[in-house]
Amino acid sequence: MGLRRVNAVIIGAGAGGGIVAKELSEAGLSVVLLERGKWYSPFDCRKDDLRNQRTCVLGNGFGPDDERNPRVTVDLHGRERTVRASGPGYNNNAACVGGGTFSYGAMAWRYMEKDFRMRSTYGHIEGSTLADWPVSYQDLEPYYEKAEWEIGVSGDVSGDPFHAPRRKPLPMPPLPPNREYEILHPAAKRLGLHPFDIPMLRNSVPYNGRPACMRCRWCVGFACEVDAKCGTHNTVIPKALASGNCELRTECVVKQIETDSRGRVSGIAYFDAGNRLQYQAADLVVVSCGAIESARLLLNSKSKFFPRGLGNRHDWVGRNLQGHTYTGAFGLMPAPIYDDLGPGAGIAICDYNHGNAGLAGGAMLANEFIRLPYQFVSMVPAGKPRWGKAHKDFMRDAYRRAIAIQGPTQEMPVFDSRVEVDPAIKDFWGIPVARLSGSRHSHTIEISSVMAGRAEAWLKEAGAIQTWRKLSGPGLSAGQHQAGTCRMGDDPAVSVVNRYCQVHDVDNLFVIDASVHVTNGGFNPVLTIMAIAYYASDRLVRSWKGRGLA
Amino acid sequence: MPRSSKPRSIRRRTLLAVGAASAVACGSRRRFCRFFSDEEARTVEALCAQVIPEDQDAGAVTAGVVNFLDKQLAGFYKPLQKVYRRGIAEIDHRCIAFGGKKFADLPASAQIDLLHQIEKDPDLLPFFNLLVDHVMQGFYGDPRHGGNRDRVSWKMLGVPYPPVRGRLRYDLDNPGASEKPWG
Repeated sequence: MGLRRVNAVIIGAGAGGGIVAKELSEAGLSVVLLERGKWYSPFDCRKDDLRNQRTCVLGNGFGPDDERNPRVTVDLHGRERTVRASGPGYNNNAACVGGGTFSYGAMAWRYMEKDFRMRSTYGHIEGSTLADWPVSYQDLEPYYEKAEWEIGVSGDVSGDPFHAPRRKPLPMPPLPPNREYEILHPAAKRLGLHPFDIPMLRNSVPYNGRPACMRCRWCVGFACEVDAKCGTHNTVIPKALASGNCELRTECVVKQIETDSRGRVSGIAYFDAGNRLQYQAADLVVVSCGAIESARLLLNSKSKFFPRGLGNRHDWVGRNLQGHTYTGAFGLMPAPIYDDLGPGAGIAICDYNHGNAGLAGGAMLANEFIRLPYQFVSMVPAGKPRWGKAHKDFMRDAYRRAIAIQGPTQEMPVFDSRVEVDPAIKDFWGIPVARLSGSRHSHTIEISSVMAGRAEAWLKEAGAIQTWRKLSGPGLSAGQHQAGTCRMGDDPAVSVVNRYCQVHDVDNLFVIDASVHVTNGGFNPVLTIMAIAYYASDRLVRSWKGRGLA
Repeated sequence: MPRSSKPRSIRRRTLLAVGAASAVACGSRRRFCRFFSDEEARTVEALCAQVIPEDQDAGAVTAGVVNFLDKQLAGFYKPLQKVYRRGIAEIDHRCIAFGGKKFADLPASAQIDLLHQIEKDPDLLPFFNLLVDHVMQGFYGDPRHGGNRDRVSWKMLGVPYPPVRGRLRYDLDNPGASEKPWG
């Protein structure tokens, strides 16, 4: 059966795809937005501390489901394992309308100017494909601003002398400080650091017709019960639908992108919610599935013209898979400090993002979101008992006295950390699954260890009577901050898309999500994904000429 | 004992009938197991009692962690049934080989010694790590999953429940002076 041809099909209703859907449909293009997951509501919060997107020991809260979506991982010793979606090593990001933005912690960072010029700043790093972005911070600045005001960001970065130049302040004030904030703020000042209020995609006051955060502890990993977290599901996607030009189809799994006899994209084949194979013709296709699934879809879209997959003429699709290397420290304070005021994270420093002697980059450091009791279980210092009376004593003694500080170390991209499609394992729909392999660069580990030390020093200054570090191993990194697999660049031989997110050799195919990130900043990536989406959409709309691109 | 049955498809009446027929006791209290045999439940309960012992606060046994494990092994952890069956049997086997008694019949000090031995044993360590993690889930996790009875662990940690809503009050002229709920 034939579905009515549309101007644009967008695959994936997450941080990137949701924004592209709104921008294109409001500009008058007919749009179909496909999402493999469901559309959840604030009533799906459920506060289930063993089944959510952060702690998924009893399954993912917001998809994908374990039964139909396996992946293959290859460990450092070359051992292959088929993993289920909630299992370790899967490197999951939520599958639902809003994608990760539906249940995230919602830190809203702009990358710094140097984050777009890592190669120019630090030179060649042996064993890494470190490179500059083809776009600069200045190119993206207006779009960062648009994301902050349209999706909604609270916070106050005026205390951060390191942030890149900006024209407007954030639209909402920060949430009032919690107790950790009040302890850590003066301590950072005493160390000569520059603490400030984390920008968050979270309403601190009523905004966009939704209420303010009620400060519960079920934040990162959960749906917001009062709809105070701002994602694409409650901002741009409703606007796209209200334009009358966008149709959202949920529980649709794309099989492949189809190409015509001239090597241009003609539409997509997908399985609808009833698992029926459908064909949707379109003038252009936007891939916004997240770094792992976007690469998988391109690699699975083989044809006469593209025997190795779309955009993969030079074997760069799926390469440079990266995320963030989270390290930090725990500190035990002399008296209880737990105040049950969510989201918990509130204070950060950017003193160590760059300018660390001998290190190519660094990380933002922030206090951590509230640790739910089960999450705290594994936070015992190394070498201390993990069970028995001693562990119970630790829980009882430390839970209300502990502060955690950590940060996302910017990773050195590694060419052999990658997404492939598995030659044997297929998902429920018969589509070859993603196969993940590779490791972190040794310099990434080195930087992250230094960051853990800095976090520890901050806690000590804050009066912690005992501190211990959380370090990282060398295994593959991707996770919810997955990025890098369809690198943006000016040279088609060493990148997948151009500076406007257009696949080099297919002019009506776009990749608009964190896949295009050349490097991933020392920050949570979502606001940059959003800025790129606004930026690429803007260019796309301006070059749109009725039934094609100028 | 409905060892391989699917709990979701069992009607309460059927379960009661099966339970009454076999009169299986799961844990210290008289109730019905979905997965563990009577003997297995006894061993698991003894293991739980050492992983999170009772003291001035409830331990894993009082919190119903055996029920949590049993419920999950018949549900989400079904793929781990064999691992559990083999792991429990191996621990008991080792206890009999060393001291002529099953794990549950050893004195507490001997149980703890044995668990420390297991921690150094590459064959049994993976199962023990798994068990410890699951016991922690059952004890510190949400009661809806079958453990943490009466939220005993949350009470122990002083985690308020249910959370108080609407306690955020703003003084936008002086944000630093806003409410301090711990004051």
